[in-house]
Amino acid sequence: MAIIIDENTKVLVQGITGNQGQFHTRQMLEYGTKIVGGVSPGKGGQEVHGVPVFDTVAAALEKTDIDATIFFVPARMVKDAAFENMENGIKTIVIITEHVPVHDAIDIMAYARDKGVTIVGPNTFGLISPGKCKIGIMPNRIYKPGNVGIVARSGTLSYEIANSLSIEGIGQSTVVGLGGDRVVGLSFVDVLRRFEDDPETEGVILVGEIGGNAEEVAAEYIKQMTKPVVAFLAGRSAPPGKRMGHAGAIIERGTGTYRGKVTALEAAGAIVAELPWEVPDLLRKAMESRSGTRKVI
Amino acid sequence: MKLFEYMGKEIFTRHGIDIPPGRVACNSEEAAEITAELGEVVIKSQILSGGRGKAGGIKFAKSPEEARIYAGELLGRDLKGLKIEKLLVEKKIRIDREFYLSIALDGARKQPVLIASASGGMDIEDVPPDQIIKKHIDPEVGIMPHFCREVVRRLGLTGPLAKQAADIIMKVYLVFKKYDCELVEINPLVVSGEHLIAADSKINIDDVAYFRYPAGTPVVEERTALEKKAHDIGISYVELDGNIAVMANGAGMAMATLDIIQHFGGNPRNFMDAGGGADSEATAQALEILISTKPKVILVNIFGGITRCDEVARAFAKVKNSMGIQVPVVIRLSGTNEKEGIAILKEIGIDSYNNIKEAAAKAVEIAKAG
Repeated sequence: MAIIIDENTKVLVQGITGNQGQFHTRQMLEYGTKIVGGVSPGKGGQEVHGVPVFDTVAAALEKTDIDATIFFVPARMVKDAAFENMENGIKTIVIITEHVPVHDAIDIMAYARDKGVTIVGPNTFGLISPGKCKIGIMPNRIYKPGNVGIVARSGTLSYEIANSLSIEGIGQSTVVGLGGDRVVGLSFVDVLRRFEDDPETEGVILVGEIGGNAEEVAAEYIKQMTKPVVAFLAGRSAPPGKRMGHAGAIIERGTGTYRGKVTALEAAGAIVAELPWEVPDLLRKAMESRSGTRKVI
Repeated sequence: MKLFEYMGKEIFTRHGIDIPPGRVACNSEEAAEITAELGEVVIKSQILSGGRGKAGGIKFAKSPEEARIYAGELLGRDLKGLKIEKLLVEKKIRIDREFYLSIALDGARKQPVLIASASGGMDIEDVPPDQIIKKHIDPEVGIMPHFCREVVRRLGLTGPLAKQAADIIMKVYLVFKKYDCELVEINPLVVSGEHLIAADSKINIDDVAYFRYPAGTPVVEERTALEKKAHDIGISYVELDGNIAVMANGAGMAMATLDIIQHFGGNPRNFMDAGGGADSEATAQALEILISTKPKVILVNIFGGITRCDEVARAFAKVKNSMGIQVPVVIRLSGTNEKEGIAILKEIGIDSYNNIKEAAAKAVEIAKAG
């Protein structure tokens, strides 16, 4: 088991003929992802790495089933593409594109809620169930199948942590990138809930950062979780008022601070690593003591 | 992008929201002239920060002479770390009551939210929660008149003022949507006799929606020259005040690198996310920016996923050969094509580490010794 995507997930690539679309289609194919088609308006009938290209999502659906779509389309076209996919009944959309206007993100999320669509991103590295399916732009070789779920706001930082886990022999069930924007689809709580319900996942790592209140909201849910959660948050040294790359990563009016988030997470029973290299060891210990507790019960 | 008060007020007046009569003054003579036209005035420093009144950035003048003196004192001065370059000189209006009104983005709820209070004039953070009205706006519905009527009722407004207030809420939402705003705030919204007047404006616009800004949208450059240069080549860069220059790929990784430097007792000179998948050309330009800040040491933290370590190393070789690198460089390279990258760096005499712990400790050591 894994969450959201597995070895049977059939994937459509929106914007498959662009540079990024072509490059990452090849990477995903090499990983074993079942890519059933691509969409690029005006390019229908072509092929990219053997994958058929269609002009519209509806045209693709005439030929194949689609479980999820990944976006490599330019920011200003994301809203249209998202609505095209949702209107055609696609239930999972992964938006890699960065710099999507936040008003477009709001409209997309509202419609997705009505239609019961899962949106990952925008500005995400995607998600991966190691050994089964990758829908994203993360490097192929740093993951290892296993029983730890990772949910992260940031890409490279989560690669660093996943890699250090893999080196230590700790594999992952699914790794999900929420995206660095102020308004994104899946939240920490949405993913934590899925990990809590996933029989294969036995421990969870949350990679957060300063800004917004996503970590504080996550802490509320962590209180009721039975599985151990280890968190690492970036931005401990960030000064207020400076936006650190991500649209959401800014301390404004004293909210979204590192200290506030750590306090909330620790009060909820999560273990917070001060430095990224402490994560594997803290997680291993937390999982061992938790399984010890279970035996007692 | 934050707009100055006077820019926000121009947008308000264009959309039928009343503001006090007034104009911008760039020198004390202009301030005196405007005061001669308007009579008693309020002189407001135009900086991108709240709390101007408390910091002494707002003055009342009864005569052109007084206005000239105050303007001379304010212009060019630093207020809350920001230089005052312009003043908004406005007719002093009668204030009967002050309300707070804004529409902002609620990222967690993924919806705009209207916030209003009958206790206006102060920072909304300081208003007791039971005096604040919060109503989320369904983006699929937008704002309808009944929504406004209910907000206005809860604010305690009646009669013609209630109608005006409901109308202003509709217009604020129109501005919020039209200009891709993250925030439109009127604080205070003043009851002046029989009229509602926006006595202040705060508008934040979503930077990335620039491609569809309506004609005439003002542009404010909040970045420093170096930050702008970096932005133009697609690099996210923020100046800080330490002496260890930092380059990393990915925003989270860059932030974590700053944290690690601080953990070892060092002070970063900047935040820099050189992007995922940066090629050697972009990396070389990023490196040149770092060198120009004259740090004690440059720390590079690359976890090569999509970014290839050999590309990064080639950029360093290129810059070293073309302009030389006088500053000590400490590099952490790990991931895709790590071996090739390390070999290239060795040829040009730069040692690399494969973990950030040792690299950061080394960089801090150099910064402290130098």
